[in-house]
Amino acid sequence: MQDFRYHRPESLEPALELLAANPEAQVIAGGMTLIPTMKQRLASPEQLVDLGGIESLSTIHQGPNGHVSVGAMASHADVAENRYVLSRIPALAALAGGIGDPQVRNRGTIGGSIANNDPAADYPAALLALEAVVRTHRREIAAEAFFTGLFETALEPGELITQVEFPVPAQAGYAKFANRASRYAIVGVFVAKLANGIRVAVTGAGPSVFRATPIEEALARDFSAAAIDGIAYPPEGLNADMHASPEYRAQLIAVMARHAVGLALARAK
Amino acid sequence: MPSISLKVNGERVSAKVEARTLLVQFLRENLGLTGTHVGCDTGQCGACVVHLNGRSIKSCAIFAVQADGNEITTIEGLATESALHPLQQAFWEHHALQCGFCTPGMVMSALDLLTRNPAPAEDEIRDWLEGNLCRCTGYQNIIRAVQSAADAMREPC
Repeated sequence: MQDFRYHRPESLEPALELLAANPEAQVIAGGMTLIPTMKQRLASPEQLVDLGGIESLSTIHQGPNGHVSVGAMASHADVAENRYVLSRIPALAALAGGIGDPQVRNRGTIGGSIANNDPAADYPAALLALEAVVRTHRREIAAEAFFTGLFETALEPGELITQVEFPVPAQAGYAKFANRASRYAIVGVFVAKLANGIRVAVTGAGPSVFRATPIEEALARDFSAAAIDGIAYPPEGLNADMHASPEYRAQLIAVMARHAVGLALARAK
Repeated sequence: MPSISLKVNGERVSAKVEARTLLVQFLRENLGLTGTHVGCDTGQCGACVVHLNGRSIKSCAIFAVQADGNEITTIEGLATESALHPLQQAFWEHHALQCGFCTPGMVMSALDLLTRNPAPAEDEIRDWLEGNLCRCTGYQNIIRAVQSAADAMREPC
């Protein structure tokens, strides 16, 4: 690995100044993707700006409109164990508690995960299904507009995520068919019953997270696992790799959606 | 080169390191604490698990500079002069290792579990050890050792 200059600012302002002054600098959050990438020399940043020293970025609290506000540097373990998240959006806590392994969850962060937008990451499904808002130091971005493509987001150079704000759903569940080795989602489906309708978001299956509208429509008529029976999701455009074919992923979307609805209904009891 | 200062197994340590030095390299090569192993070097196998401020992490996936100002505990920090840690003792008694390469990471990971969940069910232990690979034992005796250590650690001294 090539050496680099390391910065660990203790507040947001100096971090933003460092990024503005060094357009080639790379932000590091939990490092669970970036460090392996640097080892492979797929990334060789000359400067690293570590957000780990900015304590205000890791708080979890009640945000505007009663939303659950999760700081960008909150670790997956923080979210999984947080009593407020557990009481308001247990499906979100469960999703965070299923990422990687305990050591990855102790380091990896929500901000790092969504900024990277790995097609097989779990969090993008939660953000899209819950109609979350990504708050950066300069604006708000709706989840629908945030995830723009394979490893691509609406973030501009030098723009830092500060919080993610999740509306509290009436019911929600997340189910994933995980890769046995990495625990990444081969297909993950987050189902949410919101005040304004049903949202079903799929991760792992395509180049970036997307909504499964045929399943949303079926669940809007009847919020039950049986409502999804008979829906054949089209495989066109889905990912093909050594783990699963597009046809297999298409099949898994319906299967995981049924599981997710089952989890949502079980929690509601 | 950046200067770092941290506590390792209770002792204050200061050093100059290249920013790219991984924590596991720093522990092994600068401090000679070779109990922490490098297995896969990709964050998968868990042979390098140590504690950062009481929580288990993979020391191959963090730079030493990121640990500046923090507390690290390695496998060397568990036993006392006279006694193995209950987890080490249980691994010994239950034959929870064969080649032993994964053992330091297994013990450090299991310790994090027992610290937050003193009486884990078998499936909770299996889930927790998701990030620790063992190529010899088939895991059965590791699970038994963790259960046995949990019992021993709950007993009043």
